[in-house]
Amino acid sequence: MCAHQNTQQATDNWKEVKEFAKKALPEHIITFIEECKKEEHPESKLIKVLQLVQEHFGYLATTQMDAVAQLLQVPMAKVSGVATFYHFFRLVPRGKYLIRVCLGTACYVKGAERVVDKLKEELGIQFGETTKDGLFSLEGTRCLGCCGLAPVVEINEEIFGQVTPDKIPAILEHFSEKETEKQ
Amino acid sequence: MNKDKQNEAKMIKIKIDGKEVSVPEGTTIMEASEKIGIQIPRLCYHPDLSLQGSCRVCIVEVKGFDFYMTSCSTKVWEGMEIKTNSPEIRQARRDIVELLLDNHPQDCQTCERDGNCELQNLSYSLGVRERLFSGERKHFSEDKKSKSVVRVPEKCILCGRCVRVCAEVQGVYNLSQHGRGFYTQVMPAHASAMDESVCIQCGQCIMVCPVAAFVEQSHTERVWNALADSKKHVVIQTAPSIRAAIGEGFGMEPGTPATGKMVTATRLLGFDGIFDTNFGADLTIVEEATEFVRRMQRKERLPLLTSCSPGWINFLEKFYPEMIPYASTCRSPMSMTSVLLKTYYAEKIKKDPKDIFVVAVMPCVAKKFEADRDEHKMPDGTPYTDAVLTTRELIWMIKCYGIDLRDLPDSDFDDPLGESSGAADIFGTTGGVMEAALRMACEVLTGLPPEKMEFTDVRAVEGLRETEVVFGKYKVNVAVSNGLTNAKTILNRIIKGEKQYHIVEIMACPGGCIGGGGQPYPPKGYHFLDPELLAKRAQALYTIDSSKKVRSSNHNPSIKQIYKEFLGAPGSERAHQFLHTHYHPRLPRGIR
Repeated sequence: MCAHQNTQQATDNWKEVKEFAKKALPEHIITFIEECKKEEHPESKLIKVLQLVQEHFGYLATTQMDAVAQLLQVPMAKVSGVATFYHFFRLVPRGKYLIRVCLGTACYVKGAERVVDKLKEELGIQFGETTKDGLFSLEGTRCLGCCGLAPVVEINEEIFGQVTPDKIPAILEHFSEKETEKQ
Repeated sequence: MNKDKQNEAKMIKIKIDGKEVSVPEGTTIMEASEKIGIQIPRLCYHPDLSLQGSCRVCIVEVKGFDFYMTSCSTKVWEGMEIKTNSPEIRQARRDIVELLLDNHPQDCQTCERDGNCELQNLSYSLGVRERLFSGERKHFSEDKKSKSVVRVPEKCILCGRCVRVCAEVQGVYNLSQHGRGFYTQVMPAHASAMDESVCIQCGQCIMVCPVAAFVEQSHTERVWNALADSKKHVVIQTAPSIRAAIGEGFGMEPGTPATGKMVTATRLLGFDGIFDTNFGADLTIVEEATEFVRRMQRKERLPLLTSCSPGWINFLEKFYPEMIPYASTCRSPMSMTSVLLKTYYAEKIKKDPKDIFVVAVMPCVAKKFEADRDEHKMPDGTPYTDAVLTTRELIWMIKCYGIDLRDLPDSDFDDPLGESSGAADIFGTTGGVMEAALRMACEVLTGLPPEKMEFTDVRAVEGLRETEVVFGKYKVNVAVSNGLTNAKTILNRIIKGEKQYHIVEIMACPGGCIGGGGQPYPPKGYHFLDPELLAKRAQALYTIDSSKKVRSSNHNPSIKQIYKEFLGAPGSERAHQFLHTHYHPRLPRGIR
């Protein structure tokens, strides 16, 4: 490594840093990063890598972001800067069921705000938060493209149309029950 | 012939405010305007950093376009007609600055940068005389945890200059804009404290910031308190580069050496002993050159990396930990001097080291961190250096006391830690440590002092220098760098085995200590990283060096005396016990 080495002491922590980073990420993401590094400008794949991490974990934790920084050799500040800039990236764990209330014009006019208030009251959380049992997360969203059903609530992939505040408890119960059945 | 033609840039004719100007192709509107003497107002622009074009203050009108263009990032084209100062442009610039002010604390009177704030100056020169807007203000909390650099995000105007200096000049990339829109904040990864990030505490962000979004961790209160405490014997040491810059704080022409006046001023402030970090610098050279010659003769652990710059040491530990064994184990001149003040000097004046309060004046904010390191603490846990003042802080204290440096007579440092050679003075500029080491190494290796004391080839004014110095049968491969991006280049060459150096000097800040993060903000007419300003400060040190009788550290009589009385021989076990230290890898590991 160095020109004149004979009293080299072990001060290089790269191996440990790399092992630690590898442990934080699943196999397929590490393989993807390694593929990226074979090409020119691997740093240009940062967003793609972060998307994969979020897909796998549901959000971006600092440990995973640091792991990406080390393995992709992109400065940590840049990784967290990108992660906080884009609306798509989530920095806190997401609940099992993501409730997205459409706040597009049609839904809004049809009373989406009242639906939101009821959801917040029932779940005891605000936008961007997750219930303590880790079951539900709440988000507002732009137009979901089914204005005919306004106001619309999407829970994971499922669409609920013409939702009124009084329908909320039943909808939530439907998902809670699913969970208790599983147990 | 052909090549010459290529090099000769095409000239482009444009009109600026009705005046015809001819400039080479590729010139920006801002540069072209400067040619005819118009300095377009600017904020996020910096000549030595990449373009960002985010502040919009430098906008101008271009004929045929119904939108304003940023003059920093727009290149001229043939026939372009530019208006730099129409009433509409002046109004638009004023609006932009007013909007910045609206989201900025209205606390100029109590602000660290009052009087030398670029935003304040800009508001004045653009004619902001009232505040027409009042909207929501951002409220972010300060990060005061760091030993050196305090981050004040509430004052930040998002010009991004700190982000660029950290990434482009220092290669650290600790800062980035986080979040978006109104909530954007410049900070280290994951909003972690500066101390827990890859920050190396060099303080270049403080220097480049137009406002006070980054400031140093102040130690002035500690020093005032110590001075007021009658039980304390308060001593001060000043780094080599302070004398070259302190005058600027009092309106003296940059590059005016002010050693004697500075000593008089500190004596007036009430310090009981005024010593010179130069003494420590001489000692560092004697130890380091001894270490170097030993390694050179045994051909082991080469290259030797110098270790005086604490910003560089932080960088080494976080970015290149595998190179730690190559770094010189010598403490920095500041720490050597402090150690001797609390041991050798304490014995001499028959005082308990606990009653001695050591203040170091440094051009550096990373020294505040260094002083707090466990390696530089006495066995009972108290630090050898009790407070570190930056040049700025000392200037302020002198002013606060009601003293004008210019009016003072010269006086001398106290003995025994006040005498120094010319080699020590040049420590404060790039290549200085190298030059000083070579002066002594030559004598040790060949038995004769160098024919010429000046080794001008090692003065890396452009940031990076490599050269070969021949001492009899020894050929010494030398590399010198300042600005850590240049250090990266050298270190990568070493690691890849592309180059075999014997001795490498690395200083963290551009230009060396004269461009340190604790130096005065550039006086009027100069800008941060201004080569002219750095050259003037360096020249002050070279002038002092050449005027000295003793120019090699090993010939400093006080140094000879301290070895005889206290330390034994250079490189001896006792010398190691007092004057050497060690480093260790630290996390988070930086990306290089």
